[in-house]
Amino acid sequence: MAPDTGAEVVLRLDGITKRFGPLVANDGISFELRKGEVIALLGENGAGKTTLMNILFGHYTAEGGTVEVFGRALPPGHPRAALDAGVGMVHQHFTLADNMTVLENILLGTRPLLSPRLGAGAARAKVAKLSRDFGLAVDPDARVGNLSVGERQRVEILKALYRDARILILDEPTAVLTPQESAALFGTLRKAVAQGLSVIFISHKLGEVMEISSRVLVLRHGKLAGEVATAKTDRHRLAEMMVGAEIAAPRLSDRAPGPALLTLSNVDTPRRGSVPGLSGVNLTLRAGQITGLAGVSGNGQAALAALIGGLERPVHGGMELHGEVPGDWSPRAALAAGIARIPEDRHKTGTVSDFSLTENAILESYDEAPYSRKGWMDWRAAEGFARKIIETYDVRCPGPSARIRLLSGGNMQKLILGRVLEAGPKIILANQPVRGLDIGAVTFVQNRLIAARDEGAAVLLISEDLDEVMALSDVIHVIYEGRLSPAFPRGTMTPAGLGQWMAGHGFGGGAHAA
Amino acid sequence: MRLEPIANPSALRSIGLPAGALALTVLVASLLALIAGANPFATLGLILKGAAGSKFALLETLNRATPLIFTGLAVAVAFRAKLWNIGAEAQLYAGAIVTVLLGTGALPLPSALLIPGIALAAMLAGALVLLGPVLLKTRLGVDEVVTTLLFNFIMLLFVSWLLEGPMKDPMGMGWPKSPALEKAARLPRIVEGLRLHWGFALATLSALAVWVIQTRTTLGYEIRAVGLNAEAARFAGIPVGRVMVKTALLSGGLAALAGFSEVAGLKGNLTLDLSPGFGYTGIIVAMLALLNPLGVVVSAIFVAGVFVGADSMSRAAGVPTYIADILMATALLTMVLALKLTRLKVRWR
Repeated sequence: MAPDTGAEVVLRLDGITKRFGPLVANDGISFELRKGEVIALLGENGAGKTTLMNILFGHYTAEGGTVEVFGRALPPGHPRAALDAGVGMVHQHFTLADNMTVLENILLGTRPLLSPRLGAGAARAKVAKLSRDFGLAVDPDARVGNLSVGERQRVEILKALYRDARILILDEPTAVLTPQESAALFGTLRKAVAQGLSVIFISHKLGEVMEISSRVLVLRHGKLAGEVATAKTDRHRLAEMMVGAEIAAPRLSDRAPGPALLTLSNVDTPRRGSVPGLSGVNLTLRAGQITGLAGVSGNGQAALAALIGGLERPVHGGMELHGEVPGDWSPRAALAAGIARIPEDRHKTGTVSDFSLTENAILESYDEAPYSRKGWMDWRAAEGFARKIIETYDVRCPGPSARIRLLSGGNMQKLILGRVLEAGPKIILANQPVRGLDIGAVTFVQNRLIAARDEGAAVLLISEDLDEVMALSDVIHVIYEGRLSPAFPRGTMTPAGLGQWMAGHGFGGGAHAA
Repeated sequence: MRLEPIANPSALRSIGLPAGALALTVLVASLLALIAGANPFATLGLILKGAAGSKFALLETLNRATPLIFTGLAVAVAFRAKLWNIGAEAQLYAGAIVTVLLGTGALPLPSALLIPGIALAAMLAGALVLLGPVLLKTRLGVDEVVTTLLFNFIMLLFVSWLLEGPMKDPMGMGWPKSPALEKAARLPRIVEGLRLHWGFALATLSALAVWVIQTRTTLGYEIRAVGLNAEAARFAGIPVGRVMVKTALLSGGLAALAGFSEVAGLKGNLTLDLSPGFGYTGIIVAMLALLNPLGVVVSAIFVAGVFVGADSMSRAAGVPTYIADILMATALLTMVLALKLTRLKVRWR
């Protein structure tokens, strides 16, 4: 994948400008995509990547600028136009029907509504050929609901290729993959460009961008902050371009682990719908230690978080908190035991969107003094607490009475962080604490977690980002189908080694060491 | 077509759109009057006159608004917690039954004790009627829309049986009605000689009380949190089921006060036509008020005015009173849409 110089330009964006009220989401962005190349679109959350793609796909109409595909201008605001012109997009969140087969999903929307036949025969042959050509092995008759995340992503790519996409756009495609699955995806992308397709790869993971792309476009605050050939840059410089300043990686000081604060022994929890439960989990969280939980999403992380967060009880096995078996187990009991919980989904679980910052700040302590006395709220005290969080945790917002839905993800997370850390927790359950945050907020949240660890809190860090787990953890467990790997101390495992565990190698037939 | 939120709606938007909705409602009413062969301006004028054109008319409107304030509040309180109480009608009748039971000589107490006692007992009865469906919801996940709605029919049949049987007035010449309340159990009139009774004042005070509960108390905070995001509420340790039950007790109690106030303030006895659908109209009242308890008072008076005005117009102009129902429906649809659109921008694509 050498930088193409003479290859045909397949996609040209010229001076794309989009405003949302006073916010300029895209400010005069121009770039070209050539045949047979992978360009990476790099940028923090809110830098304008998604807006740009939405304009390309006609979901938004730009105030200025034009989009040309294969030399022909796309009419603005027509979602089908981009598809018909041969642009395919694989979203971060898959758009597949779980109860249909792979083939049916691929055909969905390609046939006229009233067509009597599905035309499955010819389609099957075409899908089989695409599978072979691009290394996208997947059974066309399997039900999508039964597929792994990696396989589902292959179906999404097949869907785009089936519609004769010549330009593939992938939005954060590796967020849900193991390192091995990511490698397979990169193999597919290399085959695609070898056959003359062009790829836009949206990501904020620098390592992957360096590996797969030939050119990198960096977006910052809606502007094109830079365009470099991948061969002529490195991760550090890309990160600086992205943030516009130098950034320091989080550092973990050496620290002797303290006593066990939470112990799970041989715990099983029930399966909830498509969420697997835990089986035979042994886990010890120690004071002054960050325990990282690596794993591909959907392997029981949610069950473990629900258990420790008080939403789920073990059906089998024991749990000890501060050396005692808790009598009753509920979110309230967890809070009373000094467990701070940073939930995975800050919009749905962590906050009430239509509540103000003040109302959200006291969500876990609303019925305690000083916020509530004899059933009456003291809003002045609550607002004081919100102001304290806003100040201490640098929450950027119009004020404590603003509705929290107006805040960016990072600022929302800072409010949650303040809410749980101000209670002086002994144990911190951080479930995907930095997912979707910009680098500034990531650093802030990570440093706060490290500070809490240094002050003696036991931290459980659940993350799908292996780099993050490896950088921040004193010990690492891998979770796979509800089972936990042994604890690997810091520095004893490589990403590839952990990747093996994430893919399920090493877990024997049900039994494993603690 | 796509909707985009507006952070700060302009004054033109926030006043113009509801005004437009009102204009559209008036237009629809005019068309209907034309179809009925009457002069639209005269018809609308008569409705307005019948609703608020005289002291008598105005007091009649306020009287009619009284039960609607109660049922509107009952719905607003429940809907705020996403508890879909469609059964205000049943709870209203429960309140009415208890009022008759206790107000026909069963309790030898002076008015000052008897009336509050009956009111509380009525609230309790209404609350109990809603308790069943809400427990089915929180314990077994049974849809409360179905159970509360069906309870209305059970209650009506029950009342019908009571009035034909155990509660039938022996002096009633065979009519299915209950005996009349004793004098001590009747709600007095606010001003002697005028028909408006203290039920209206109680309703207004209830609205104020609900507003205080929602904005100032811990329970109100819980109710709002559960209604806006039950998942986050549960995660934060708010006892969602218990909050639902408390909400139901409050909602059922408020609806029962409608029955109490109609029997003790206006009718004096229980008949099968005590409520011409006040429980259902309460839903319209609450929706028009955007579930705001103080807004419920205003919207109940508006709704009552339309009905009272249409009654009076119908007698004078010969246009059927159905026009009131259509007016209500149009007002609700256009107003809810208009209020949504003050916060959202439509983009056609």
